Amino acid sequence: MRCADGLCADGLLTARPPIPAHPRLGARLAYWLQRALRPRFGVRWLSARIEASGLARPLFTGGERVTKESLFGCRMCGQCALPVTGYVCPMGCPKELRNGPCGGVGADGSCEVYPGLRCVWVEAYERAASQGRVADLSLLHRPIDHRRWGESSWLNYWQGRDEGLWTAAVGHAASEGPRTSHQRVLGGS
Amino acid sequence: MSLRERLASGGFAVTAEISPPRGAGTEPITATAALLRHWVDAVNVTDNQGSNVRLASWAGSLAVMAAGLEPVMQMTCRDRNRIALQSDLLGASALGIRNVLVMTGDHPKFGDHPEAKPVFDLDSVQLLWTLRHMRDQGALLSGRVLKPPPDCFLGAVENPFAPPAGFRADRLGKKVAAGAQFVQTQFVFDVQAFAHWMAQVRDLGLHERCYILAGVGAVRSRRGLDFMRDQVPGVQVPDDVYRRLQAVPADQTAAEGARLAAETVRQLSAIEGVAGVHLLVAGNEQAVPGILDEAGVGAGRTEPDRAEPDRAGPDRAGPDRDGPDRDGPDRALPDRAGHGR
Repeated sequence: MRCADGLCADGLLTARPPIPAHPRLGARLAYWLQRALRPRFGVRWLSARIEASGLARPLFTGGERVTKESLFGCRMCGQCALPVTGYVCPMGCPKELRNGPCGGVGADGSCEVYPGLRCVWVEAYERAASQGRVADLSLLHRPIDHRRWGESSWLNYWQGRDEGLWTAAVGHAASEGPRTSHQRVLGGS
Repeated sequence: MSLRERLASGGFAVTAEISPPRGAGTEPITATAALLRHWVDAVNVTDNQGSNVRLASWAGSLAVMAAGLEPVMQMTCRDRNRIALQSDLLGASALGIRNVLVMTGDHPKFGDHPEAKPVFDLDSVQLLWTLRHMRDQGALLSGRVLKPPPDCFLGAVENPFAPPAGFRADRLGKKVAAGAQFVQTQFVFDVQAFAHWMAQVRDLGLHERCYILAGVGAVRSRRGLDFMRDQVPGVQVPDDVYRRLQAVPADQTAAEGARLAAETVRQLSAIEGVAGVHLLVAGNEQAVPGILDEAGVGAGRTEPDRAEPDRAGPDRAGPDRDGPDRDGPDRALPDRAGHGR
């Protein structure tokens, strides 16, 4: 599961620079799929089998890569934020900001680094708002674990390893601390 | 009185900004700090502003302290990963730097090393959260215990004017939730738009959990005005402001810019929830006393030194800077060490 030298155990290179991508999956459909594919017993069991298989895991991960790359410009950080960012990938932000836009967004909503492209967070806000999910954007995202680049975030999600990626902005933020459960899992294994 | 004490006491705080020099000397910082010492509560020391290499902000902060002024050390996420950022906070705290201002930082593309690797290991919310964790929990991100933990007063920045407009107050809310105790905003040229954002901030109750210092800049030249409007990411100059500064003869742009800044300070100080102003005047620091005087902000201050102008000191302002003479400091800056800090 661990990545080394930028080459993941699953054989996937992760060298694409962050460039804002416009999602090609409608927000409504994306949220519908989110509900349909939530980690219930069936998918949890299946994902455990896939993960355990030396053949199925890289195939599945490759399939996820192709799918999410074409739909969201996914770069395979392995710690997917899409469910709470209006299904616009924040890792396409040239600063890889996971907690909202920087202060340099153009008046027309353009990215300051790529003025011809829209800021991913402007798109995220619009798409989340269109589905009544603006509150998602106030969640606090913890720092990501860079050892997980190239992994399947679908398997991570179904296996419950993504639960610590973000937390509610109010209340627990202070006590829980900014360290991800990913890191705890890895640190302990 | 420290910045923190000033804000806690309910007084109107004033901060300004110093860009460290491109070179291995601290003289320009010392000179500027001496000029600002009796006018501001603290001064920001920028962290390779605009992605251009300058003397490090921690070193600049030490120079500011040596000159008798309190620094606000700026810290961006652009150049350092979480290891270096945590280490730098420990170093800064150990050496007495208390105020730390966290921001994402400009992309390297805009600076003198556009080919550099952009780091952005943490974002500004995560860095605030990390620093607060280090201070309050006395532990690193790794969980390792810090003995002793750092002491810091954490600041953030926010741009009230950039899209998505509906999210900007919430974004400040995230920073406050992560640990921001004060915030300095981007240049305010459009006071109405700022007041609108402040209303949202008050609705969220953020002005009671975080001190808000509004950013005010003084335009010095027509070229500077155009640069501000067209080149600086995230700055918006409304048309009426642009026209007003264009309407005066070119040699009076600086005076008009300072006058506009003073008016802006006055208007901002009347907005509920605004705890102070942050003067974005790097390179034009000698305009500060004039702006504050005209805005009437300095009047209520308690520092004894401020009331006794005894020595005309254009020499303190450094050699022939093209600042606004008309509004400039014709009052003296007493040459006295120690400022009750």
